[in-house]
Amino acid sequence: MIEARGLSKRFGDVLAVDDLTFDVQAGLVTGFLGPNGSGKSTTMAMIMGLDHPNAGTVTIGGRRYHDLRWPLREVGGLLEARAIHPGRSARTHLASLAIYNDIPVSRVDFVLDQVGLSDVASKRVGKFSLGMGQRLGIAAALLGDPAVILLDEPVNGLDPEGIRWMRTLCKSLAAEGRTVFISSHLMAEMALTADQLVVIGKGRLIAEMSVADFVARSSTKSFLARVGSPDAFVGAVRAIGGDVVTNADGTMTVTGVDAVGIGDAALAARVAIYELSAQASLEDAFMELTGATVEYRGVA
Amino acid sequence: MSANPVSERTFVVDEPQGRAGLRQAIPAEWTKFWSVRSTAWSLFALIVATIGLGVLSTHALHSQPGGVPDPMRRIFVGFNLGQFAIGVLGVLFISAEYGTGQIRSTLSVMPRRPVVVAAKAIVMGAVGLVVGEVLAFVTFFVGDSMLAGTPSHVAFGSPGVLRVLIDSGLYLALLGLIGLGIATVLHNSAGSIATLAGAVLILTLLVSAMPKAIIDAVSRYLPANIGSTVFALRPPGRFQDVPVFSASVGLAVLALYAIILLGAGCYLMIRRDT
Ligand SMILES: Nc1ncnc2c1ncn2[C@@H]1O[C@H](COP(=O)(O)OP(=O)(O)O)[C@@H](O)[C@H]1O
Ligand SMILES: [Mg+2]
Repeated sequence: MIEARGLSKRFGDVLAVDDLTFDVQAGLVTGFLGPNGSGKSTTMAMIMGLDHPNAGTVTIGGRRYHDLRWPLREVGGLLEARAIHPGRSARTHLASLAIYNDIPVSRVDFVLDQVGLSDVASKRVGKFSLGMGQRLGIAAALLGDPAVILLDEPVNGLDPEGIRWMRTLCKSLAAEGRTVFISSHLMAEMALTADQLVVIGKGRLIAEMSVADFVARSSTKSFLARVGSPDAFVGAVRAIGGDVVTNADGTMTVTGVDAVGIGDAALAARVAIYELSAQASLEDAFMELTGATVEYRGVA
Repeated sequence: MSANPVSERTFVVDEPQGRAGLRQAIPAEWTKFWSVRSTAWSLFALIVATIGLGVLSTHALHSQPGGVPDPMRRIFVGFNLGQFAIGVLGVLFISAEYGTGQIRSTLSVMPRRPVVVAAKAIVMGAVGLVVGEVLAFVTFFVGDSMLAGTPSHVAFGSPGVLRVLIDSGLYLALLGLIGLGIATVLHNSAGSIATLAGAVLILTLLVSAMPKAIIDAVSRYLPANIGSTVFALRPPGRFQDVPVFSASVGLAVLALYAIILLGAGCYLMIRRDT
């Protein structure tokens, strides 16, 4: 269980992570989705105690990373940029990490086999392809049989077969009851792998919901409404087949009907409309998220 | 439609008592130290510099009919270059981790920075001491055997010889730690090696070009000048007309440098992002 509370990180003028609050549950694959530069790697680095937040906290099972007693036995992390000395063999690299946490060195060959690197275990890491480097990073994350696994863009550099393997691995790790948190800038990949989503843009939380809900909501257009008598409004909209959710600030999010339908229903029910604006659908958000850097409208 | 977590398994069943610390970090860093090529290269350079230059220098003494006042300094002439080689070894032990990103792996298995730095210092110090002492004795016996029968020959039992040998090994170990300390502060290989060269080689030249008052005040603190006293059989209170520390005070000053640099490095590692 990972809990981020008001996490913020500034690099000079860039607010890379902005007041981010979210939970990652055990037993599920949680996808951390956002376009390039939205702050995913920075957030991962803060979870692992490598970057210091300017504000907020993040804990794993209630403890800061720094306070974990045997970090590798509790959290396995794959960082985005390769974090391995190229001069050592894969086996020696993993052995040095294992020794640091009193993990039996027999685990090294076990995880090398698990990620399919047994044949190149004695080869210098500098000679590895991007995909092999990625698999070695995943082997390191699995070394301590940890309850929490963090993978930053794990499918980077993997071929289609590798991507499928990664997907199956994440699901089975979660099925064993582990907390699996994987970042990606590809919505399509997350839709296939993840159960739950934490979506960010420009360092801010955009949505935290199940993949199923995300997909369901992404195919409908929604409207934001401010009205005179909410109860009558809800009844009127539901009567014509729409759905209304009352937001915390008293506004309403309406889905399932168009603007003309909303206006006519309100008029018939004698409800004053003070404001009615179309919201970007989550599909738009998808596009924006998976596209390049764009300004975000306020969605969900 | 929201997904539900599967029943949670407990993963901490086989976790050992206590917490990861120096007891794990030292063997892990020991493994890392010996598994990169730069270690072998630096040690090779160190051996060639110390023994090789010692042999060349003592060979030249052969044709000196009257002998020289302090042949020990001639036998140990290669240590002036060797100190740089072991310093580089110390630098690379941590700067290569920053250069390759390995440090992020290291700090994710041991988030407590001082433990990592202490383990590296213990490994570097131990290797430096053993290698330094072996090189000091081998350099002496090889060099001195070449002086057998000449007036420059130094008997092993004569006063001060053992002191020079032991202190010279210690000197090399401390230079390794100073190199490690510089790189723990600076992180960058090129910058750290340049700083080391500056402190060991260039600063000495620079200070010697200063007015006499500055030379007298500063030069005793320079590593190379401390070395001159350490390697000399009869440590003079002055070396080339400049006041210097005694060998043991000089070594204590070097140890202080190493401690300050490593301490500052730890502090910065705790403060900075990685
Ligand atoms: N060390 C750094 N120094 C300065 N800016 C940084 C640094 N790391 C990340 N950033 C900036 O922070 C923002 C978020 O980056 P990052 O966390 O890598 O995003 P993502 O992983 O989602 O692509 C980007 O604008 C990036 O340029
Ligand atoms: Mg990233």
